[in-house]
Amino acid sequence: MSLIPGVIASGISGHLGGNYTSIATQTVGSGGASSVTFSSIPNTYTHLQIRAIAIVGSSAINPLLTFNGDSGSNYSWHQMYGSGSSAGASASASYTGIGGPYTGHTQFGPQVWDILDYTNTNKNKTVRVLGGSDENGSGYVGLNSGLWINTAAITSINISSVSLNFNQYTTFALYGVK
Amino acid sequence: MASAQTYTPIATITASGSTTSVTFSSIPQTYTDLVIAGAFYETSSSNTSLQFNGDTGSNYSSTTILGNGSSASSARVSNFPCIFWDRQGNATGYGTGVAHIMNYTNTTTYKTALLRYGYAGTWVEADVGSWHNTSAITSITVGVVSGSGNLASGSTYTLYGILAA
Repeated sequence: MSLIPGVIASGISGHLGGNYTSIATQTVGSGGASSVTFSSIPNTYTHLQIRAIAIVGSSAINPLLTFNGDSGSNYSWHQMYGSGSSAGASASASYTGIGGPYTGHTQFGPQVWDILDYTNTNKNKTVRVLGGSDENGSGYVGLNSGLWINTAAITSINISSVSLNFNQYTTFALYGVK
Repeated sequence: MASAQTYTPIATITASGSTTSVTFSSIPQTYTDLVIAGAFYETSSSNTSLQFNGDTGSNYSSTTILGNGSSASSARVSNFPCIFWDRQGNATGYGTGVAHIMNYTNTTTYKTALLRYGYAGTWVEADVGSWHNTSAITSITVGVVSGSGNLASGSTYTLYGILAA
């Protein structure tokens, strides 16, 4: 790799405006946690975004997103993923949540979830997420889409680690987008 | 829930032509995540990548998924001198990309990034990368991987900061 100094920019500050707002952050404490929940979500935005770094105990898992406390089989999701050697895809219908890309289990894995038009009561709710974890010799990168077969406005979001715990310092930050 | 407006533009760089890299330096340490939005390509069959804090050692790794319209594939580099942003290489015209650099001031964890890039009609890719270092990120270099090309003149990269509540 050859990189030589090029253009350098720094120190410019400004603000994009009030179109992207931080709502709340959940950071897992020293005991770990099987899930985190955002409740009483304001209905004043158009879309929601969750930005996360997540790590679980002994193996990579697909974290599971559910809305408004609905743990029924009212979700479906698709995933496309790369393992570093091959690409694959799969689907889950009539599922108990929307699966995200694999989290890390030796290193933190980043994830960016977009939950679209979450207050619209004329549509089933849709989600997309980009995420993965690179663990220097193993890991995954994936792009998933999900559906909650319900037209209710979303007022709470639960993110579950399914059979394992999220480790300490796992962080989920919720944002509203106008 | 308390809320605060964020997603703040920090700086924009436009490549002038005969340069293999551009650098965002003295990055404020007042945000949680960084995002770079780019419209860019390279002048020959090279690749665009990220490095942090001037570290040119083999201290990065990244995993890629790539689709070209007829098939999908995946690849990985380990103990590598950069994180790929445009692994396929694009010397044809402007593609679009977004790079998310997560928890960049955290000194507890290795730094991670999510990246997307594509060139319309040819391919699209997503990457996850790691910098094997717990230091806070104070500078980001966007550069070509091999010495065979430059960042194309007019390529633009805008850095944003996002602050979590």
